[in-house]
Amino acid sequence: MYRYTEFDTAFVAERNRQFRQQVERRISGALTEDEFKPLRLMNGLYLQLHAYMLRVAIPYGTLNSAQMDQLALLAEKWDKGYGHFTTRQNIQYNWPELRDVPDMLDALAEVGMHAIQTSGNTIRNVTADHFAGAAADEVADPRPVAELLRQWSTDHPEFQFLPRKFKIAVTGAENDRAVIKAHDIGIQVVERDGEIGYRVLVGGGLGRTPMIGKELSPFVPQQDLLPYVEAVVSVWNLLGRRDNKYKARIKITVHEHGIDEIRSLVETRFEETKQAFDGADLAIFDEIKAQFAPPAFRNAPTDAYDAAYAEDPVFRAWADSNLTAHKAGGYAIAQISLKAHGETPGDATAEQMRVMADLARRFGHDELRITHEQNVVLPHVHKSDLPQIHKILKAHGLATANIGLISDIIACPGMDYCALATARSIPIAQEIATRFDELKIENEIGELKIKISGCINACGHHHVGHIGILGLDRAGVENYQITLGGDATETASLGERTGPGFPAEEVVPAIERIVGAYMEHREGPEESFLQAYRRLGMAPFKLALYGEDSGKRSRAA
Amino acid sequence: MPKAFTPKVVTANALLEGDVIYLAADDRWVRRLDEAEIITDEAIAQIRLLDAQARASEAVGVYLADMAPTEDGPQPTHFREEFRATGPSNYHHGKQAAG
Repeated sequence: MYRYTEFDTAFVAERNRQFRQQVERRISGALTEDEFKPLRLMNGLYLQLHAYMLRVAIPYGTLNSAQMDQLALLAEKWDKGYGHFTTRQNIQYNWPELRDVPDMLDALAEVGMHAIQTSGNTIRNVTADHFAGAAADEVADPRPVAELLRQWSTDHPEFQFLPRKFKIAVTGAENDRAVIKAHDIGIQVVERDGEIGYRVLVGGGLGRTPMIGKELSPFVPQQDLLPYVEAVVSVWNLLGRRDNKYKARIKITVHEHGIDEIRSLVETRFEETKQAFDGADLAIFDEIKAQFAPPAFRNAPTDAYDAAYAEDPVFRAWADSNLTAHKAGGYAIAQISLKAHGETPGDATAEQMRVMADLARRFGHDELRITHEQNVVLPHVHKSDLPQIHKILKAHGLATANIGLISDIIACPGMDYCALATARSIPIAQEIATRFDELKIENEIGELKIKISGCINACGHHHVGHIGILGLDRAGVENYQITLGGDATETASLGERTGPGFPAEEVVPAIERIVGAYMEHREGPEESFLQAYRRLGMAPFKLALYGEDSGKRSRAA
Repeated sequence: MPKAFTPKVVTANALLEGDVIYLAADDRWVRRLDEAEIITDEAIAQIRLLDAQARASEAVGVYLADMAPTEDGPQPTHFREEFRATGPSNYHHGKQAAG
């Protein structure tokens, strides 16, 4: 894992010192809110519906146990005993008070963490595949390049006042677990003739105008990556629409100018940007890469795992849904579900955070990951330790066996917290999970990803949910639009609207009817919901949702 | 006929705590909606809003929120104001916990 250099430590300390003074000046009245707001946003501090909200960066979703322990401390000391893990692999605290925030930031700095560039029109926290460094299918660990991008983008003088926010995601595998096609820039580590390079996508994004990213370059060599990415952001910085914030993201720029024109502008700009890079970035990259060397995996028998798997049906169910193949023999990637049925997706109590930190320390080479699906990962665990890990997780409400299933729902905070939301998300997620747990058909249904956003900005990724739910305000009543067929992976697609929306109390029955139609029409359990939808199209689902007059009703919508 | 004026309260978030506050008739910021002043005259509402916005060291994001006057005080006419007055639905936090 990356360890802060003296430079990083000094930089964060200086920023915290500045912010402490800015807070003091705001409280004394020396700064107006208009002056203070951009300063607090640069440091991750929002003012939401009921309170301030502090968004802490977890670069590429990677944490060690000391950092997770510190997140627990913040939750306990300055919040209400819990934190909310987000679809950007960050953590948000929902209840801090203004005077406490500088202390919270200092506490984060003690473990090499901060809240810089988690908001505002800058390059945001760089996200990555949550199985990085562990996945059996990866070309190379995407985190060294994500860290390089973090260092390059942090306080980058040219990119502090971009037309809008800018998000970069990196995957090291062909199987995309980082949703790179829905980012402003998506980077895929690829190998060509034994050389590692980067496939660069541009112009993806969700929100009010969802777009799938387009390939800008199939292969950018290592030495060109930073100047190339700098050229992309630089071209957009000048070209992007500053006249209309809804048209300011790079996806609109790419859409309006076309990918070929953007590519040619980027290439021209790249000729300039690369002059400024003298190879220092390559030396830094090598230093970073060394810090992400794989841990010393042990060679041990897996008898304890095999026995528990054979004998304990609860363990078996958990192993079947929550484990993923690891690149090292005898090891597994274990996901800890933060989606206990009926609970808030992505929330963990301080106690649960400490339990997870302790597991990482004792069994997991001191590493944890946060997924964009709002779960936690122990990326490197030896299979023989899994029965014990499972037992501990179970004792703390962390052993829900539902990864990838219908109750493993992404939900944004929605109008329970967010000042931008148009409807609530959390209660809808809670109700769906509770209902399908009662029905006991989750495993029978198989892989099904529901993603819920409480407004058009799509923090809950609803466009790329197999079933997407979007909460809106329809004449003063919460109303939910449903989309089907979205996909967040390398075969990314945007969901299609079923028709008119549903009031809150009709969402669960609607989801049941959709699932019912899938179960009825699928060719067998091996055909997933998404595959069935792609084969069948919208018609049978529309019929299940709206009945025989579905054609008429959708035309009226 | 001009459209009838929907009664309002002046509301904001407290600068230090960040929580929802309302303006009372005696110019205090109060935490509970039932203690808020309900304003039924548009001109007065605008003046109360301006005065409240001037108190920048106490309140952030001051605005007028629609309310229905009832015997129990102002009642939100939109669910957003209802949530602000109550707190989140997933935990017993916020106003509902303050009692």
